[in-house]
Amino acid sequence: MSSITAQDSRAHHAPRGFSLSEYMTCLAGIVWREGLRFLHQRERFVSALVRPLVWLFIFAAGFRQVLGISIIPPYETYILYEVYIAPGLMAMIQLFNGMQSSLSMVYDREMGNMRTLLVSPLPRWFLLFCKLLAGTAVSLLQVYAFLLIAWFWDISPPPFGYLTVLPALILSGLMLGSLGMLISSGIKQLENFAGVMNFVIFPMFFASSALYPLWRVQEGSPYLYYLCQANPFTHAVELIRFAFYGQVNWISLAVVATCTIVFMIGAIYAYDPSRGLARRGPAGGEG
Amino acid sequence: MTTPAPITESRVTAPASDAAAVAALSIDGVSHSYGARRALMDVSFNVAPASFTALLGLNGAGKSTLFSLITRLFGIQSGRVSIFGHDISRAPGEALRLLGVVFQQRTLDLDLSLTQNLLYHAALHGIGRREAAARAAELLGRIGLTDRAASKVRDLSGGQMRRLEIARALLHRPRLLLLDEPTVGLDVKARADIISHVRQLVSEQGIGVLWATHLFDEITASDDLVVLHQGKVLAKGAVARVLSEAGAQDVNSAFMRLTGAQTMPGGGA
Repeated sequence: MSSITAQDSRAHHAPRGFSLSEYMTCLAGIVWREGLRFLHQRERFVSALVRPLVWLFIFAAGFRQVLGISIIPPYETYILYEVYIAPGLMAMIQLFNGMQSSLSMVYDREMGNMRTLLVSPLPRWFLLFCKLLAGTAVSLLQVYAFLLIAWFWDISPPPFGYLTVLPALILSGLMLGSLGMLISSGIKQLENFAGVMNFVIFPMFFASSALYPLWRVQEGSPYLYYLCQANPFTHAVELIRFAFYGQVNWISLAVVATCTIVFMIGAIYAYDPSRGLARRGPAGGEG
Repeated sequence: MTTPAPITESRVTAPASDAAAVAALSIDGVSHSYGARRALMDVSFNVAPASFTALLGLNGAGKSTLFSLITRLFGIQSGRVSIFGHDISRAPGEALRLLGVVFQQRTLDLDLSLTQNLLYHAALHGIGRREAAARAAELLGRIGLTDRAASKVRDLSGGQMRRLEIARALLHRPRLLLLDEPTVGLDVKARADIISHVRQLVSEQGIGVLWATHLFDEITASDDLVVLHQGKVLAKGAVARVLSEAGAQDVNSAFMRLTGAQTMPGGGA
């Protein structure tokens, strides 16, 4: 809280700030609600699961013969194409989830739920951060459900990989969630979300190392290679890929961490009442 | 206008020791524009603690903009808003803690139960689970929805949803309650229930209420009144005083005279 001013000292109720337990209660409440909403939207869960499985079962099976994968880190042997794209599909789940959380923020804003969140007395950056964590937690549920099914399809990393991938997933989930939140602050209505699909999700996914190793891309087109290198999603995929095998890709870690911070600051800035939303005119019922 | 003296708030100016001297809500010289369109022009008024202040204005008068400013959805462009002396720009946390809001739009999670909606709101205010559950049960009892506690909100009637939203707004025990056209779309009985419930909050719990409306019959003679028209405050003060100064018998004709005088200079009283 800002310092107590002369005006404030006249206050009827003296300022007392917020305790750590109040912050934690708020965080738990937001995650809990997001979880409840997720459970109520079974279709969302099913489609979040079916999407990567379609890629794994159909696309990868067909592509396996076309694309040979040489031995590149972190892999130590020749691998099947399915094994190669599994980390990309994990990141894809998080990409969709991050954008869908942002969709829900637009929806919330239309429905007014966002207003309920934003009149909480806790600092706004904290509320938005909680919202991001909640979205990331939901994406983790989806990813691990996917990994469970993928295990039967021979996507079996060393057992500790399931544990070491967790921090990578949390970080990439936060990055993609905050990117979604940043985008959502600029969307006025739900309909514009189709544009986000076309202009954000698909380019990010295809211009990355999710479906093909970058050395392959470089052979085809150096420009596309540079584009892929500059794509934060590539680094989310690589961070997850290495972590899945108990290794750290430091460059990807640095890129993902930096992007997370930048996107998050951008989103918090965009939702600041004196800046972002304020310029955009009345939201909902004007009167 | 017939009287030379400006219309002022009757209760806030009354001398009092400490607490009563601070307005529950103070709007001071607030202006707001959306690009070239000016939604509010130099709006100033106070809401006293334990008072029922009606903010009367037609659709488009600027009521919702004012609510968005008070609830920090928009930043304040000029002027000052404070809640019990806490400036909402400088000490938003302290200000919002004392504020309960019922928005014009429904803001409940339809797929969650009544209790879940209340617990979520409590968490947003940092109220622990056990305390929150106790308060939720108590408030549900007060609005007569205890037996529906586990139902989905989707299954409630419009009036029940409104009552739930009011209960939710009271969960963190605010000292100021804002309601933006809370009775719109409700039947006569539900409307009467909600009005009497809110008036009870004022008289029994000393909550200051700002009630935005365009319905004249929701205002009684003992209320305070702020008339907002095209972004400007045309009159403010106790209803009786506004009426006498406008030379009108009832709120309806006072409003017509005030707004008529606004658009047709020389007309009116």
